[in-house]
Amino acid sequence: MTWSETLRTALEAIRTRRMRSALTVLGILIGIGAVMLTVGLGQGAQQEVADQIDKLGSNLLIVSPGSSTSLSGVRGGRGSATTLTATDATTLADPEVAPDISGVAPVSTTQASLTANGTNWTTNVIGTTAQWPDVRARTLESGRFFTEDELVSAQAEVVLGATTAEELFGVEDPVGSSVTIGSQPFTVIGVLASVGSTVGGDEDDQAVVPSTTFATSVSPDTGTSIGTIYLEAQDGESLSAAYQEATNALLTAHGVTASDADFSVSSQESIVETATSTTRTLTVLLGGIAAISLLVGGIGVMNIMLVSVTERVREIGLRKALGATPRVILRQFLTEASLLGLTGGTLGLLLGVAGAAVLPALLDQPVTVSAAAAVLALGISLLIGVVAGVYPASRAARLSPIDALRNE
Amino acid sequence: MSAEQLGPAAILELVGIGKTYRSGILEVEALRGVDLRVDEGEFVSTMGPSGSGKSTLMHIIGCLDIPTVGQYLLAGEDVSAMTEAQLADVRNRRIGFVFQQFNLLPALSAWRNVELPLVYAGVPRAERRRRAVSALERVGLAERVDHRPSELSGGQQQRVSVARALVTDPQLILADEPTGNLDSVATADVLALFDDLHDQGRTIVLITHEHDVAERAGRTVHMHDGRLLDAAPMGAR
Repeated sequence: MTWSETLRTALEAIRTRRMRSALTVLGILIGIGAVMLTVGLGQGAQQEVADQIDKLGSNLLIVSPGSSTSLSGVRGGRGSATTLTATDATTLADPEVAPDISGVAPVSTTQASLTANGTNWTTNVIGTTAQWPDVRARTLESGRFFTEDELVSAQAEVVLGATTAEELFGVEDPVGSSVTIGSQPFTVIGVLASVGSTVGGDEDDQAVVPSTTFATSVSPDTGTSIGTIYLEAQDGESLSAAYQEATNALLTAHGVTASDADFSVSSQESIVETATSTTRTLTVLLGGIAAISLLVGGIGVMNIMLVSVTERVREIGLRKALGATPRVILRQFLTEASLLGLTGGTLGLLLGVAGAAVLPALLDQPVTVSAAAAVLALGISLLIGVVAGVYPASRAARLSPIDALRNE
Repeated sequence: MSAEQLGPAAILELVGIGKTYRSGILEVEALRGVDLRVDEGEFVSTMGPSGSGKSTLMHIIGCLDIPTVGQYLLAGEDVSAMTEAQLADVRNRRIGFVFQQFNLLPALSAWRNVELPLVYAGVPRAERRRRAVSALERVGLAERVDHRPSELSGGQQQRVSVARALVTDPQLILADEPTGNLDSVATADVLALFDDLHDQGRTIVLITHEHDVAERAGRTVHMHDGRLLDAAPMGAR
């Protein structure tokens, strides 16, 4: 018996029992659809986080101050200490010490009020070096960034984020205008191109000034201590080497051992890891529930196939008497179960794709349905059909034609 | 045992066939040493009360079951120790079944029922349709090719199943109580069909418990208690 003949017989059997087949297919449909949507939601969320972190810069390492213990015994968590200094940044910039680090951008941050044209706007003012745009992968919308020389001579110059520029100057180009930070007048020399918000906050609402000017005019209290040092590795491959060099150099500079390091170096990957672990847990949980519904759908297929074999004992007996071998009978019932599974899978896939198109608008959450997920869904539904069909089909194949024909 | 020199070729030859069933600790001897030879073109009926072993004999002749002891040659082929798959093939090629219950598939039209053995023989679809329609014409149902079993009378349904038995052009037609579920008119109808087939040279083995049905056959063998009472071959007709 040819495969096309087997397929035709299976299709006829499914069509003859329309209602029952439709309900069986529904079980698989809901299962596959639910799995696709939950996994798609999870992947969408993770993709979003990953995209945001990519905006931080490429091949980026972030050095943060470590935990602190004050003299009175009050202990603070990561970032509470002010253990990083401009000297650390200089050390890391030394190609002798850290050959795999291509860019260093120490950043100090404070909140300050900016005034221009009689409008004021409070935002993050950050003091950094001329390498900052390279390290953070930022470009300028208009104007320019400050130079090494301007940094050394502590010029009163500021580069505004896109949002900040708009809040203070509206649609007009602020380059060349004057902005007062605190009580000190600054000249706007550039506006940063917009990148949208990231996990680190709104990257478009900030004012960037030379670190020298920052220390003297904007936030004298901060002194030489630095909030974060951003490091750029030569390329993706030298990232772990750069990580080692930065860690060793700072341990030496601070005179401490790894066990009581007063700083931490993290990579983009580790940030992504942390940021996505929550969504991943949720995805696994929801996906697990959806998988259970898929399992129930599979049990439904097996149940229906068993009922079908019992009901069709006479038919099986007759087919055997007319020359169907056990193998042919096995194949017929396996094909029938696989078709039920695959039909459910295909419809479930369509449900998933439709959901991926509709849900983002309703939930404000991206849903990713990849081609791999679609192929996997079809594969799984086919597998469920086959697995659920094996037992009923082998029962049918083993039926003795005599007993089957005697059955009333 | 070669029959070629002695007259017509033997279609089936049973030698010392025994069949023992085991149910629990009980052993039931359904057949005890049956010898039977049916020649090509013969019309043989088997009679016997229920429990006499005639159903078991029919199963063995029909290759639906294998004997516990003895040898069975079907068209010269030893089928006594075949596997289930081999038996399925032999049934498909050599035997046409007619059952008391008709055993037609209700979802399929007449010609689709008739073509079933050809499906398992691997015959292409167009060829199957042609042969199924021609078999239906032969049993006088040319007008009913696309009717479903539920749209046919009992006699017509049995004629469809006779067409199904004929379609593979088998060496043996094996009918198990073919008139058991039919009224007298339909019974006469179907028996006339068997007479026709016999006249055309078909070999038929018919199992029945009705005397007037058995009398239509050229030879009647009686079964009792797992044995044939008068199994002497009739020789040349």
